[in-house]
Amino acid sequence: MTAVEDRPATEIGTRRLRKEDQRLITGRTRWTDNITLPGMVHLAMVRSPHAHATITGIDTSAAAQAANVIAVYTAADFPEGLGVCANAWPITPEQVTPDHLPMVGDRVACAGEIVAVVVARSAAEAQDAAELVDVDFEELPAVLDAMEAMKDEVLAHPSKGTNKSAFWQLDSAAAGTGGNVEEAIAAARADGILIERSYRQQRLIPAFMEPRSTVVDPTGEQVTMWTSTQIPHILRFLIAATTGMSESKIRVIAPDVGGGFGGKLQTTPEEFITLAVARRLGKPAKYTETRSESLLSGHHGRDQYQKLTLAATKDGTVTGLKVELVANLGAYIAIVGGGVPVLGAWMFNAIYKFPAYQFNCQTVLTNTTWVDAYRGAGRPEATYAIERLMDELAAEVGVDPLTIREKNWIRHDEFPFTSVAGMTYDSGNYEAATARAKELFGYDELRAEQARRRASGDPVQLGIGVSTFTEMCGLAPSRVLGSLSYGAGGWEHASIRMLPTGKVEVVTGTSPHGQGHETAWSQIVADRLGVPFEDVEVLHGDTQIAYKGLDTYGSRSLVVGAEAVVRAADKIIDKAKVFAAHLLEASADDLEWGAGRFHVKGTDKGVGITEVALATFASHNYPEGVEPGIDADATFDPDTFSFPHGTHLCAMEVDTETGQSRMRSYVCVDDIGHIINPLIVEGQVHGGLVQGIAQALWEDAIFDDNGTLVTGSFVDYTLPSAADTISFVTENTTSPSTTNTLGTKGVGEAGTIASTPAVVNAIVDALRPHGVHDIQMPCTPQRVWRALQSARSTHPGSTDEGSLQ
Amino acid sequence: MIPAAFDYVAPTSVQEALAVLAQAGDDAKVLGGGQSLLPILRMRLNAPETVIDLGRIDALRGISEDGDALVIGAMTTYAEVLASDLVRDHALVLHKAVATIADPQIRHRGTVGGALVHADPAGDVGAPVLALGGELVIAGSGGERRVAAADFFEDLFTTAVGDDELLVAVRIPKHTGWGAAYEKFVRVAQQWSIVAVAATVRAEGGTITQARIGLTNMGSTPLRATAVEDALVGKGAGDLAAICASAGAGTNPPSDLNGDADYRRHLAGVLTRRAVAAALG
Amino acid sequence: MTRINVTVDGVKYSDEVEPRTLLVHYLRETLGKVGTVVGCDTSNCGACTVHLDGRSVKSCNVLAVQADGHEVTTIEGIGSGGELHPMQKAFHENHALQCGFCTPGMIMQAIDLLKDNPDPSEHEIREGLEGNLCRCTGYHNIVKAVAAAAKAGE
Repeated sequence: MTAVEDRPATEIGTRRLRKEDQRLITGRTRWTDNITLPGMVHLAMVRSPHAHATITGIDTSAAAQAANVIAVYTAADFPEGLGVCANAWPITPEQVTPDHLPMVGDRVACAGEIVAVVVARSAAEAQDAAELVDVDFEELPAVLDAMEAMKDEVLAHPSKGTNKSAFWQLDSAAAGTGGNVEEAIAAARADGILIERSYRQQRLIPAFMEPRSTVVDPTGEQVTMWTSTQIPHILRFLIAATTGMSESKIRVIAPDVGGGFGGKLQTTPEEFITLAVARRLGKPAKYTETRSESLLSGHHGRDQYQKLTLAATKDGTVTGLKVELVANLGAYIAIVGGGVPVLGAWMFNAIYKFPAYQFNCQTVLTNTTWVDAYRGAGRPEATYAIERLMDELAAEVGVDPLTIREKNWIRHDEFPFTSVAGMTYDSGNYEAATARAKELFGYDELRAEQARRRASGDPVQLGIGVSTFTEMCGLAPSRVLGSLSYGAGGWEHASIRMLPTGKVEVVTGTSPHGQGHETAWSQIVADRLGVPFEDVEVLHGDTQIAYKGLDTYGSRSLVVGAEAVVRAADKIIDKAKVFAAHLLEASADDLEWGAGRFHVKGTDKGVGITEVALATFASHNYPEGVEPGIDADATFDPDTFSFPHGTHLCAMEVDTETGQSRMRSYVCVDDIGHIINPLIVEGQVHGGLVQGIAQALWEDAIFDDNGTLVTGSFVDYTLPSAADTISFVTENTTSPSTTNTLGTKGVGEAGTIASTPAVVNAIVDALRPHGVHDIQMPCTPQRVWRALQSARSTHPGSTDEGSLQ
Repeated sequence: MIPAAFDYVAPTSVQEALAVLAQAGDDAKVLGGGQSLLPILRMRLNAPETVIDLGRIDALRGISEDGDALVIGAMTTYAEVLASDLVRDHALVLHKAVATIADPQIRHRGTVGGALVHADPAGDVGAPVLALGGELVIAGSGGERRVAAADFFEDLFTTAVGDDELLVAVRIPKHTGWGAAYEKFVRVAQQWSIVAVAATVRAEGGTITQARIGLTNMGSTPLRATAVEDALVGKGAGDLAAICASAGAGTNPPSDLNGDADYRRHLAGVLTRRAVAAALG
Repeated sequence: MTRINVTVDGVKYSDEVEPRTLLVHYLRETLGKVGTVVGCDTSNCGACTVHLDGRSVKSCNVLAVQADGHEVTTIEGIGSGGELHPMQKAFHENHALQCGFCTPGMIMQAIDLLKDNPDPSEHEIREGLEGNLCRCTGYHNIVKAVAAAAKAGE
């Protein structure tokens, strides 16, 4: 045990180095693909090259005869089915939901869909034989784009009769949370400011670094599945629910998982197929996808058309916001695919006091890879739109973008604040975060430099982008989810075991894949129970060990999952107090609790909680009528979401000759309530920022006219490297959340949500004097250059041509 | 992914390699550093029956002087080029271009000869070799022949090297004391060149006396901007914009995700001006 | 099958391999050196970076037969006597990893980078890592870790 004097006064708030790191930095990691079992067979998938086609025949005979091939299966070989890739969140009762089966036999609805699986003794031989499977496709017309799909001319699923899946609306007048948006728009049109814009959220790919992998061992009484997933518990439930297997006969383990970002929040065809093959053959089976397969067939994110109408008075006070979305779900409705765009319903109004609001979302089906959660999920889309609009409003009014925001945001003394979308924001201080961000950024100095560059006609212009975002995190209150027809609750579970040697085991239902829960949960428990950080072991990601949970996504782990840990710890203290009183021969009412010990008030008598744990292990001496144990568990279901916020400021240099944009500096001040571990928080923010910046500048999943993913490898799906990014300035202000004991808010998605509009606002800000008012994401050099060219030709007076040479 | 199965031969001399090549014919692929070939094999875009690895032929590696020329063995890696004072002193533009290729790991394995024979128009070795007036030494059953860089690149991924021949070396006329720059335009650092310009100039008192300009990815082969080269003679830093703007004129570059042909032609002009300015120092 | 003799992390191995076997697959599947991972099929991500005769290479872009007679060092072979390599320590101390999948390759490349340039600027660190992708950290703390390791090595 470390000497007491070496310890921080509290673990919470300390920059603890991560417990998780040792195995990760030495290569002793347990990725699913590292697992090898006796007699294990390897799978290779045969996938459709076509976006939409009828399967008229599959000849597997040549593949079946290839060296070391054990079996080749098509859908016809599983008349009982292989399970279903379920949609867990039908957003309306009428939602059009095509069946999503792991392997199809008659028709493929997107490229990459699996039509056969080859099983061989090695992965190489399985891949060799997969090339020998001869599939006859008869191509059907395909619809790829959401707006095309809206026309219902070409149908993604002809038998459904329409591509329109569901329409979902939130109207503040109807809900009684605000006024009538049409009236606000009419008033602004007559005598005010109306900003009407269309924005495009391009399609993105989560691109976690570890390709997905699944190993299934069917050789025991229980079938064990190791899989690279964010959701072992949900996966086990859905396997049982859709295959008819007994839930108690399935054990799902998420071992070390190499990133997810929402991309591993799915029950995948590959998991169901690997399970079916292993069970059919009675042998352990492994499938590991290639990166090309991952980019094509792991779910995609975003892909949304946004039509926005913002009404304001002439002085820039917002009066109404109308949002009309068309969201491309791809060929099937993924686990929460339909719900992701709907999450924006509570976010477009953001931190601003809109008196009237309407959100409309139409989801459509297309012959493309299915679309689901990607870091931020619904909130980046909303934040992008509103933060771009606020800049446009500022430009219209002729004031600084921060001025227009301050005029309209919720003041710190107005919390808790019920928004026009009906959400109650727990806490926040936008003034404080913004003031600090401006100071760190050198806002006024950069504005002065911008003015100088504009005046001198510098070919490299400077732009400053602002994003004052909020988000709702912590999926989520079960009753709220129930009212939205979400297929599960939003609670989380934890249990804590006090071991006789003084060690503590914490079992959490969250399923980390890089977030550092082992470290953060240990800090929380160390403080709560007064035990050393090192003595806490956090167990997770195995349905047999962490038997109850709802996993990790939506920035929920800390605010929901860790609150369950806190409550379990508090139960242990309550239980232990009874034993302590007995051991100390005192009344429980006379005991004080602190620093891991119970003291008898006014004496030096006391007993530590680990001593109580040992005493209950022996159980030689314990009170009558009490069971001998102090272990406890807790299930926490939050009353509401928590609302982190922040002010992000970005300076971009835009080369007007080439259209190339380069980030000069980036400052963010996030308010995420109390912080458990600043080191981990900073890491989450840095990573989130780069993913959001990458949407603004680099990433774009593009299908050609045939529905082939042309950005199907890392050559063309351009992720940034260290050479493309900069070091960031990150700080925090603190408005404790009122929704949980520790006063914490989620941080996993904040950087991604906030940064995208900050970057695009900066680029547009650089070019606004040249007549540029928008650039579609990603803001490629060519797009920027073309925007400049077209602004020059349509507004010849808006820029000094000579000054740009 | 895993490449399709192939036979593997690792000859230790050029003669042996030529004999193996003659025997294997069309179904063979020559493996240089492998940094372009292995991804192609892994994606199964190509499945040769035989792979002939030149990595064991020591004679193909190294950089030496031969009178007025530098001789770079075909299997010399990018890292070796970058470490070479000879290249820095006599072919600076090649040094600058090679420094931008891919990433350090790739530069440890990838070879000058491999890049030239692969002849990807977006590759960064062709344009500087062309600009420097390099000669390619090709070995065949009848002995060695030399081909000027201008005649070496025939089309996309196609060179003057016959099916039964090997590129063994590059000869580069020394451009001692010439200023040089390689302006590479990419969206993300590890990308292939969208457009790049290799410029090397000789100047006296700020006036250009000789200029050589090679263009990367402005057509199906590396190109030389000879009209711009000629126009630059006798000019100085203040004259570049008007002359260089036309560097892309008459070229037929690709249109793809990163930019269409018009945009590339525009970029070629801007990058040429910047490259020449940088080369002038 | 072709016989190869390779020294990996200081241990000599002699194996029959298919010529098409990539070095990374040989390390992982034949030798059980699963610390080195595969992240892509186009040699972009760098997760599989190891040292071949002391220089960093992407082991997905080298055939096992090409390593015949050569020496390979992986993430599992850089510590000595139970002690972490200074770069491993720097990654831990600077929170330069989250999910950890890119980490072995990133550490191996970072070691190579400092071998070339013991006192790199931030720009040089970033350029030196351009062949390694990370999706978690935004690179901020990786760059910090490499700078810290360089400083510690002075």
